[in-house]
Amino acid sequence: MVKIESRNLNFWYGDNQVLNGISLEIEKNTVTALIGPSGCGKSTYLRLFNRMNELIPESRHRGEVLIDGKNIYQADLDVYELRKKVGMVFQKPNPFPKSIYENVAFGLKIKGVSHQGFIKEKVERSLQQVSLWEEVKDKLSKPAMALSVGQQQRLCIARALAVEPSILLMDEPTSSLDPLSTAKLEELMKQLKSEITIILVTHNMQQAKRTSDKTAFMFKGNIIEYGKTASFFSNPSNQSTQTYLSGQ
Amino acid sequence: MTPITNIFTLIEQLENWVERQRKGSFAVYGLIFTLLVVASVLTLFLYVSFAGYPRLDREFFTGYASRVPEQAGILPAFLGTLWVLFLVAVISFPLGVAAGIHLEKYVQNDRLSRFLEVNIMNLAGIPSVVYGLLGLQFFVRSMGLGESILAASLTLSLMVLPLVIISTREALRMVPQMHIEAAYAMGASKWQTIWLQALPQALPGIVSGTLLAVSRAIGEAAPLLVIGALAFVPFAPISIFDYFTVLPVQIFFWLSKPQNSFLVNASAAILVLLSITLFLNLLAVGIRERWHKRLKS
Repeated sequence: MVKIESRNLNFWYGDNQVLNGISLEIEKNTVTALIGPSGCGKSTYLRLFNRMNELIPESRHRGEVLIDGKNIYQADLDVYELRKKVGMVFQKPNPFPKSIYENVAFGLKIKGVSHQGFIKEKVERSLQQVSLWEEVKDKLSKPAMALSVGQQQRLCIARALAVEPSILLMDEPTSSLDPLSTAKLEELMKQLKSEITIILVTHNMQQAKRTSDKTAFMFKGNIIEYGKTASFFSNPSNQSTQTYLSGQ
Repeated sequence: MTPITNIFTLIEQLENWVERQRKGSFAVYGLIFTLLVVASVLTLFLYVSFAGYPRLDREFFTGYASRVPEQAGILPAFLGTLWVLFLVAVISFPLGVAAGIHLEKYVQNDRLSRFLEVNIMNLAGIPSVVYGLLGLQFFVRSMGLGESILAASLTLSLMVLPLVIISTREALRMVPQMHIEAAYAMGASKWQTIWLQALPQALPGIVSGTLLAVSRAIGEAAPLLVIGALAFVPFAPISIFDYFTVLPVQIFFWLSKPQNSFLVNASAAILVLLSITLFLNLLAVGIRERWHKRLKS
């Protein structure tokens, strides 16, 4: 079943076109890796799925993004509701300078949930989902900034999960983590995809190989090749994909 | 080592030496001027302390205006200053913060924003007596508030407002962009992002900026003289519509008297005023320090 679809999607920063008519279908409950050289438009593309691109002045897009068959750029759509359904994890862990508990509860708070018992339950469940609960259950009121970078990133994922998104956008989530934390996070992605559709931007080829079901190679604002991860890496059909994968 | 590389290392050493001398002499000049400033402030403070300290007794704090210097006290002026301090903070803080948020986060037009910014900077530099004239015409006469504590507080609030706006904008700008992005990505609206993330993080900066501005304002005599502060207030102000005097005005009047004993009174009152501003400044510095520590962690 197709969860996300982009149709002929173009994007400009000012006069500079960075995406050239991208069309792509992403299956439900899969991990899709976006790879490609720096500046190829991966992150820009990713941010079109939760309309974070709109925060950048003097940028515009043309084309459609369909989530569950509905165009998320249509005029009457509530962008704040959209972003609650489409969570995002950033390159650098960015917990709020508040307590661990408040970080995870933030999404529920802005949703207007006031039932403390429910929030508490949700915080615990979200932290368990990212296997952070055992590590932090005794210090929920401690500042989130005191956690290690790897823990902070898992906390950010828990924060996103607390509002039960159906999609998670991950923008190089392990680029500032050590190998052990990276491994934990990759394991987590595999678990999460039973409930969530994940799009992962990564520079790490091995990570794409290990975690994703499908991989797309982007180059200069185009998708050059898109296919099942196994065959994508073992047998790339396009010349420039081959060149990129071989590191030349 | 060849002679050529020898020359080059020699030149390099020479350059380093010149650089060190330059930096060294700059540091010496810097030190001299810093000490000069500190010394002059200290001299003033000591002078005032020697003259005024003996006068700081209970009667001085509880006394009213009097023609006899030894019986004159600062109760009305002290209470007036506290009233004004409180009211200025209460008026200028919410207005200034609201204006700062609006200018920083809601004004889309760049040219308009720059135009407003330049003008607010200018307002912050206008001589205080001009604010006094504005206050006299607008608050005292047009709004019919009379020569009251409220009129004085509103006038000083106008003076403080640009500084509060500027410190609000600067504090908001210091909130890391990644926290703003995180809030938006969670589905927070613009207002929720400002109210729940940006503002709490910026608040210590705003509060300390406001305290500094307020502490400057309560030292002002000129605008309040213009709007009609009284030299001789024989009662303690208990309502915002009362006639008033404040410490700087009281000091000004005492200094203009011929008797030497009034100079002693003025010195004592200066000590009280200095203590208040020093306290506010220390509070501001304390808040700022804690804030910076938190931002870094």
